[in-house]
Amino acid sequence: MPTTRAAAEPTTRRPPPVRSRRMTWRDRLHRFDVRVVPYLLIAPFFLLFFVFGLFPMVFNAVVALRHWRLDDPELTGWAGFENFSRLFTDGDFGNALYNTFGIFLLSTVPQLLLALVIASMLNRRLRGQTWWRVSALLPYITPITASTLVFNVFFSRDLGMANWALGLVGIGTENPIDWRADKLHSWIAIATMVNWKWIGYNALLYLAAMQSIPRDVYEASALDGAGPWRQLWRITVPMIRPVVIFTVVLSTIGGLQLFTEPMLFDLNAQTARGGAGGEWQTVAQLIYKVGWKDLNLGYAAAMSWALFLIILVVAALNTLLTNRLSGGRK
Amino acid sequence: MTTVAPPRRDPAPAPTTGRKRATLLGRAPQDTPAGIGAYLFLSLTALFAAFPLYWMFVIATSTDEATAQLPPVVIPGDQFLVNLEEVFSLQDVYFAASLVNSVIVATVVTASVLFFCSLAGFAFAKLRFRGSRPLLLFVILTLTVPNQLGVVALYIVMGKLGWNGTLLAVIVPGMVTAFGVFYMRQFIVNSVPDELVESARVDGATTMRVYWSIVLPAVRPALAVLGLLTFVATWNDFQWPLITLNGTDYPTSMVAISDLASGNYVIYRRVLAGAFVATVPLLIMLVIGGRQIVRGIMEGAVKS
Repeated sequence: MPTTRAAAEPTTRRPPPVRSRRMTWRDRLHRFDVRVVPYLLIAPFFLLFFVFGLFPMVFNAVVALRHWRLDDPELTGWAGFENFSRLFTDGDFGNALYNTFGIFLLSTVPQLLLALVIASMLNRRLRGQTWWRVSALLPYITPITASTLVFNVFFSRDLGMANWALGLVGIGTENPIDWRADKLHSWIAIATMVNWKWIGYNALLYLAAMQSIPRDVYEASALDGAGPWRQLWRITVPMIRPVVIFTVVLSTIGGLQLFTEPMLFDLNAQTARGGAGGEWQTVAQLIYKVGWKDLNLGYAAAMSWALFLIILVVAALNTLLTNRLSGGRK
Repeated sequence: MTTVAPPRRDPAPAPTTGRKRATLLGRAPQDTPAGIGAYLFLSLTALFAAFPLYWMFVIATSTDEATAQLPPVVIPGDQFLVNLEEVFSLQDVYFAASLVNSVIVATVVTASVLFFCSLAGFAFAKLRFRGSRPLLLFVILTLTVPNQLGVVALYIVMGKLGWNGTLLAVIVPGMVTAFGVFYMRQFIVNSVPDELVESARVDGATTMRVYWSIVLPAVRPALAVLGLLTFVATWNDFQWPLITLNGTDYPTSMVAISDLASGNYVIYRRVLAGAFVATVPLLIMLVIGGRQIVRGIMEGAVKS
């Protein structure tokens, strides 16, 4: 640099140290920029993930092996596998697991099938294409708390629109359905909310995949005389299999952790009972109740771990199943 | 196997119709104009999607008498301000404060996600450093971990930090997301040419300089998408805010709404007036940025 040289030439006493020190400073800056800065850029993610993601997951296992109550800080110490073995005899946990799977089945299957049909419609040449796509996302951006409360009114026994509409076709005119009285009806009501929320979102995922199918695949299929319906099941669905599997895994992870809908379906929302007799109490809801209503964090942590393992197993099974059903070999 | 299919029962298969049929079937769905059936079906779907929102507004604007009729009222009433005033004046719900809190939380989280995720995405996309591949793989793997399952321990961690019941507890864990890092990385790989970065380097630009003057201008569309998705998700988050903020003076609007819906006697015109107010910001976002949100979801699908 000119300034460095100008400063160095008049005085012959200490030019080399000044110059070399300057060089090393710039060198160091450069080396810092190349070697360290990349790590600094990615550090925030890893820092936050370790503190608020990974550590809690691992620490959860420790909590699950201890006595840990919010109302009784004195009671500490190792509980061994007490919290875990209790799960096997806990009727509430069994009931919650049963409800979770029931609602999961009633919501996932219709949700994904309808999403496929809607996606295949959206995949045609349409007027106002963007408009249709955006309208499919209305439920996705609506807070689940808000939509669930609307559905609560919809599914009320005496003045609800659901019973009124069913009454028009002659169902339940004598004894209106009490949507909160038994398992099946409450599951249907909650599954309806879940379906409403996620059909459009999944349809867009499928649509994206459908649009990346090469056109000549369809041209070839004309020889077989495939109609639009067969075209969808025989060509389109197998071609978008990876995304179908992806959505199945997503809805497994989401569906087995269902929380907001069953919470707010209760007429007294924050009790976390899931109905007078726990008709629709899900596992995520039970974890909340055990942890923050019964104040037994140790047991809630054990439940979380159990749920985690169940999700892993079910997600793997569903992946295999979907792969088979959508025409995969293996 | 269907080459010897029985002949179709078309009464008079004239050569022209036969050819027309063949071309019609061979066409990709994208090139097939939607028929009336498709429009009808999609209209019903859109109606089904919009109806709960419309009905939320109907009840939010009605009196108790109007909501207790059969057949149900379907036209909005004129009681919206009355109902809203009741919501805002409820003692222990802090509804007005909760809206402010939600705005703070969603805005801070979104800004922070955009900043940190674009930085990290840039590093993974364009910088060479040891371990970048396994580290990126690690980021992708964390996408599959349902972190909701750590809530018990997270609550204890927050307790040690003294953050439970404060907005910090809901802001800080969401400040960088694996999805955001991955999404930005994919976008930057494709939209920022390597040569541009190289030539800036040769001219002596530092990493941050490259980020600021080359990467940021190029990724604006992706920032819009990620920002919208993050804002919606943060605004709507319920479980963790309920655990850490419930019963305090600092609820988010979702927690406040669940408070409105708790107790022995729930007044729905009031609850839904509150719910409607908390939904309006998102409806505005969908109107302004619907196109971007659609694109974000569809791009995410293709990449995964």
